Amino acid sequence: MTRQMQWLYGWLLVLPAAALLALFTHYPAIATAWHSFHSTPKGARPAVFVGGDNYRLLVDDPIFWQSLTNNLWYALGTIPASIGLALLMATWVNGRLPGRGFLRLAFFTPTILPMIAVANIWLFFYTPEYGLLEQITKGLGFASHNWLGSKGSALGALMVVAVWKEAGFFMIFYLAALQSMSPNLAEAAAIEGASRWYFFRRVTFPLLMPTTLFVLVNAVINAFRMVDHVVVMTRGGPDNATELLLYYIYEIGFRFWDTAYAAVLTMVLLAILGTVALAQFWFIGRRVHYQ
Amino acid sequence: MSAIAVDNVSKHWTTREGRVHAVDGLSFALEPGTLNVLLGPSGCGKSTTLRLIAGLEQADGGRIHIAGRDVTDLPPAQRNIAMVFQSYALFPHLSVAENIVFGLRVRRVSAADTATRLKRVAELLGLAQLLDRKPGQLSGGQQQRVALGRAIIAEAPVCLMDEPLSNLDAQLRQDMRAEIRSLQRALGITMVYVTHDQVEAMSMADRVILLNAGRIEQNATPVELYETPANTFVARFIGTPPMNLLPLAEGADGAVIDGSSGPAVAPIDCAGLTLGLRPEHITLLHGEGVPAMVAAVEYLGADSLVTCRLGNATLAARVGGSVGLAAGDTAWLSWAGSAQHLFESDGTRRADAERNEAATMFA
Repeated sequence: MTRQMQWLYGWLLVLPAAALLALFTHYPAIATAWHSFHSTPKGARPAVFVGGDNYRLLVDDPIFWQSLTNNLWYALGTIPASIGLALLMATWVNGRLPGRGFLRLAFFTPTILPMIAVANIWLFFYTPEYGLLEQITKGLGFASHNWLGSKGSALGALMVVAVWKEAGFFMIFYLAALQSMSPNLAEAAAIEGASRWYFFRRVTFPLLMPTTLFVLVNAVINAFRMVDHVVVMTRGGPDNATELLLYYIYEIGFRFWDTAYAAVLTMVLLAILGTVALAQFWFIGRRVHYQ
Repeated sequence: MSAIAVDNVSKHWTTREGRVHAVDGLSFALEPGTLNVLLGPSGCGKSTTLRLIAGLEQADGGRIHIAGRDVTDLPPAQRNIAMVFQSYALFPHLSVAENIVFGLRVRRVSAADTATRLKRVAELLGLAQLLDRKPGQLSGGQQQRVALGRAIIAEAPVCLMDEPLSNLDAQLRQDMRAEIRSLQRALGITMVYVTHDQVEAMSMADRVILLNAGRIEQNATPVELYETPANTFVARFIGTPPMNLLPLAEGADGAVIDGSSGPAVAPIDCAGLTLGLRPEHITLLHGEGVPAMVAAVEYLGADSLVTCRLGNATLAARVGGSVGLAAGDTAWLSWAGSAQHLFESDGTRRADAERNEAATMFA
């Protein structure tokens, strides 16, 4: 085969994936950037170039700031908790114990269930007066509380659902990594007299760092693109207490049809996710041992 | 007092096919400061025995004593042992130095003491230049040294080794054999060394325990193992090519090799026994001894391997240099009387007194 033929072959093989990537990822991203510097076209009025006007609007938008803060709290509350829980569950079901196949399945179930169905089930748990949570707390003699309806607890209630859902998914990655570790390492450490906790701290955890980095990147991305639970359970309320960035973009873009401003918000989301991913790979990546 | 005493120890696994006895009522005692090899084919229970001594497996029955202390129910850490794994079990994210001092860190040995001991071990094993490297940046032989370093820095009186050289190439294996042996002598460690390689066993060991199917076939020095194998299994296992085992039958004036017409090689009452002859003890002298038909000749350089048909048996003879024989020729086989081994029909060795008497019949 000539060199030119090889070149052609290579491109043809890449073409389907490249075309899809360009069509559904690169083009929308560039188009969004383009639209964010233009006004929203309305009826007979076409879009005109407005420069940074849309971005100035963003700075003065209190709901944007609120949704960004909410999202940061949401990320902070769900990521460490779900990763920690995933690690704990993985170490547990990695050991020899009866019915561990059943346990693994149980931990993974939340990942298999459709998000909307899950949200509806949790909606029932949180329902005031006759929801599951209420029935338990009332039985124990506590006062009634509207978990999703009060400003103070709505975001927290959403966070619990996210942790429950994410932890099982991340557990699979940790379990796979644990299974690939040679049992000889633990035996060598046992002969030296290392306790289980010492072994975990000095050997297991450092060796799991590549997995942790991968899981962390996914967790951050998931935290910022979470929208299903908000749609089903709170719709951003009460009083914007559960307004998350992606849901806010959805509202601006498809309920108020302010596509230009939605484009600006999308650019912010893209910038956040891009920065976080780069930072994680650059800074944490240096401290990760890849085998 | 023996350094390690294993007393009637058993271990079985329950599999779908039923109970499998990995170790079946094993007993032996090892002298302090000696190198002892557990030798045997795959699945003979040698690694399981080592892991039982280490405490990585729990025995189903029997007691294990280390330095006079009953350790049967103690965890590995309290048995005062060190171990080298076949895979080396180095921690891939830790430097060579951190790998070696891992155990000292666990036991909170002072920094000054740790540094002195690390320096000594690194110099002993030639690792001084490599202390900052990660295991992944080392060759197989260097990784092996790090694993050794981690074992000896603990200064435990007992060191267990599970096929430590099986991942190395032939040349390196030979070097490491000598190195491990001299290290063991210099430090006065009691070593238990598992291998399936008889060359390692013969060249390194003070004592070899040859296992088969979870039982001891023979527990002896390498010389005894070679010169007086306790049964046909040991006779076939030790030596390359393995010992020829030739059934004896009644002949005209004594026992002959079954299916041949003579001459007699043993007294008449030896008929029904098995004659053992090592290929390297057979010499080819024209017109002398037993005639046999050459089936094949393999020239190996220093010597040649001549495969012959003799009666119903096939046997190999190892003779120096090249031989002027080809398939179909007649080879005259002879051997010294002392080279004859006699085995009973159940495979056990016939008592030596009788053997020597029998040997005088021939040659």
